[in-house]
Amino acid sequence: MALRSVVSRKTLAPALRHYRSLTTFTLPDLPYDYGALEPAISGEIMRLHHQKHHQTYVTNYNKALEQLDAAVSKGDAKGVVQLQSALKFNGGGHVNHSIFWQNLKPVSEGGGEPPHGALGWAIDKDFGSLEALVKKINSEGAALQGSGWVWLALDKEQKILKVETTPNQDPLVTKGVSLVPLLGVDVWEHAYYLQYKNVRPDYLANIWNVINWKYASEVYEKESA
Amino acid sequence: MVLQLVMAPNWCGCGVASANSTKISTNAFKMSSNRFNFSKPYPGRAYRVTAYYSLTTPPYELDALEPYMSKRTVEIHWGKHHNEHVERLNKHLKTSAFYGHTLEEMVKATYNNGSPLVEFNDSSSVWSHDFFWESMQPNGGSMPKGGVLDQIEKDFGTFTNFKDEFTFAALSIFGPGWVWLYLKKNERKLAVAPTQNAISPLVWGDIPIIGLDMWEHAYYLDYKDDRSAYVNNFLDHLVSWHSVMVRMMRAEAFVNLGEPKIPVA
Repeated sequence: MALRSVVSRKTLAPALRHYRSLTTFTLPDLPYDYGALEPAISGEIMRLHHQKHHQTYVTNYNKALEQLDAAVSKGDAKGVVQLQSALKFNGGGHVNHSIFWQNLKPVSEGGGEPPHGALGWAIDKDFGSLEALVKKINSEGAALQGSGWVWLALDKEQKILKVETTPNQDPLVTKGVSLVPLLGVDVWEHAYYLQYKNVRPDYLANIWNVINWKYASEVYEKESA
Repeated sequence: MVLQLVMAPNWCGCGVASANSTKISTNAFKMSSNRFNFSKPYPGRAYRVTAYYSLTTPPYELDALEPYMSKRTVEIHWGKHHNEHVERLNKHLKTSAFYGHTLEEMVKATYNNGSPLVEFNDSSSVWSHDFFWESMQPNGGSMPKGGVLDQIEKDFGTFTNFKDEFTFAALSIFGPGWVWLYLKKNERKLAVAPTQNAISPLVWGDIPIIGLDMWEHAYYLDYKDDRSAYVNNFLDHLVSWHSVMVRMMRAEAFVNLGEPKIPVA
């Protein structure tokens, strides 16, 4: 994730002198071309999803952060609390989509290859088989009313894999502080509508062809160490 | 409304349910007259009529809203999304305690003051989508006239202010939702509000006047991510001020919007 630091200085009152630095965010590049995930996800969707939707979350998150900074400096408690929903929505949108781009990989680069090693064994232990896990994620994703995400999560505390859903752009951590996202599948309509229309189950069935299990394995091994 | 004939051993009914009610009262029927030409396959047995909801048709052809809302969008939005809610609602109703409620009653009851019951999502979606199709018409938009315009100018200042507020509310929604022009019963004025997911002003007791679906499936095929173009086209070319007038007239039966104008002799 690229960071750009913007340093803004408070007035230099004799008793109190400090720098206030506000870190804002930029849209991360995709590690593959827009069309590289076809036919599972069309290039048109990937382009809009990245350049429009994710960019809007980044832009509005930065705006909310600037407003938050101002409210915190002024000691405006009401203002700080009022900004929370914009921060959760736009910040969550940025966090979730940044994970999502890593969760996908073109077939030619290993997308769709099933997980091996520690994650593979953990999946078999906690779900019985990879097929059972995929079936569970697909059914929870299809059943989600409205917009949201379906996650394969590692519960660091209980040392167990779980499938969770979150509404809108709520990040996975809102479902449990010890949950680490390994895989997230975006089931907002913008993620599939142009190609699959209302048939979300087809999108869910096909996305497994481009899922990047290597990334999920790396996160799993790092977080379960 | 689809009526189904079901055999029930214990009570008698020989009439056809009226189109307006979903619940058949046992007192309503008399066995004596043969007014109703109602063929009974098993004479002497009693019948119970059950009724479920059906997909109401928009009051225009599916391509009538082009180019502002494509035929493709209406076909999928109405034929798949709206239809799916109707089918799911009917599935719930087979075992639900709310069978027999009108749709509006069911929406209010199943909202359950913010802890919605399982039937809420589908019943509210069915109600809202029926309302949505009827909020639009071919060659809609432009400006309302007469009493409607007067009320809008009274409550928003100018018509442009109303449009700006409506648009701002529509674009402020986080995630799926709706934007409404509605009549506040207690304050006796029009207002604009956005709602999340399937919620409508019915749940807080006010009277909806215009409903615009802001779920992505409502506009994505035609406008992709450009929500403001969708809302502007709705206001400028689709909104049915005729429906608004009819709804305001009906609302005045429940809310006194002003002193009656009594002509001086």
